[in-house]
Amino acid sequence: MSIKILIPTPLRPYAGKQSIIEVTAHTVGEALADLVAQHPDLRKHLFSEDGKLRSFVNVYLNDEDIRYLSKDATPVKETDIVSIVPSVAGGIQTVAQAQKGFQ
Amino acid sequence: MELTIPLTLYNQLRQHGEATYPHECCGVLIGAFAEAGGKIVKAIVQCGNTRTDSPENRYHISPTELVRIQREAILAGYDIVGFYHSHPDHPARWSVTDLAEAHWTGCSYVITSVENGHAILTNSFLLVDQEEAKRFEDEVLEVIGK
Repeated sequence: MSIKILIPTPLRPYAGKQSIIEVTAHTVGEALADLVAQHPDLRKHLFSEDGKLRSFVNVYLNDEDIRYLSKDATPVKETDIVSIVPSVAGGIQTVAQAQKGFQ
Repeated sequence: MELTIPLTLYNQLRQHGEATYPHECCGVLIGAFAEAGGKIVKAIVQCGNTRTDSPENRYHISPTELVRIQREAILAGYDIVGFYHSHPDHPARWSVTDLAEAHWTGCSYVITSVENGHAILTNSFLLVDQEEAKRFEDEVLEVIGK
């Protein structure tokens, strides 16, 4: 079935500058596979060399993180929207923290 | 290239930092990318800081919140053009942690220094290059409507 994937700003240069891409899939895994089949340059930005999603890449099915569903095997239906959202974080690092390698 | 923001929104993001002091505030900048480069902010979305373990020097926006914000922006024809956060009693410059945790290449990261509860400086930084070689570049922050 055909579903939509929302592409975040930093990945659009590798997705034909599109913010929404339609893919054919029955699971989230198939949806991502179709996405990189259509736009191969996306692969290295989404996945590490072992084929897993990069740690800072969050994939949601509607409003739920697929990590807490069935991951790649999460089934999708026609009205679903898959969203790719890189994480957003940061903060101050004091000199003392830098010296101690504070995370 | 520059980040253009209306005075009202500029004041709102600075006031957010004052309201959360001595903790870091954070939020999302919604807007549009200009054809010739540069970005214009149309709205800001205040977010919660999930780093309740260390909010005075760390921020993190929940992906669940981000997903909703991104979806609503895209479906309304806008983009996420950047993010903002505050540095309580610390300069308005990006830190090693800010860079390590930044992944939205092409977007602006706006930082406000807040000293003793008062917003001082607000600077913008553009995240450039791919993840392995990413860096921040100083970006002109143009406030309109003064």
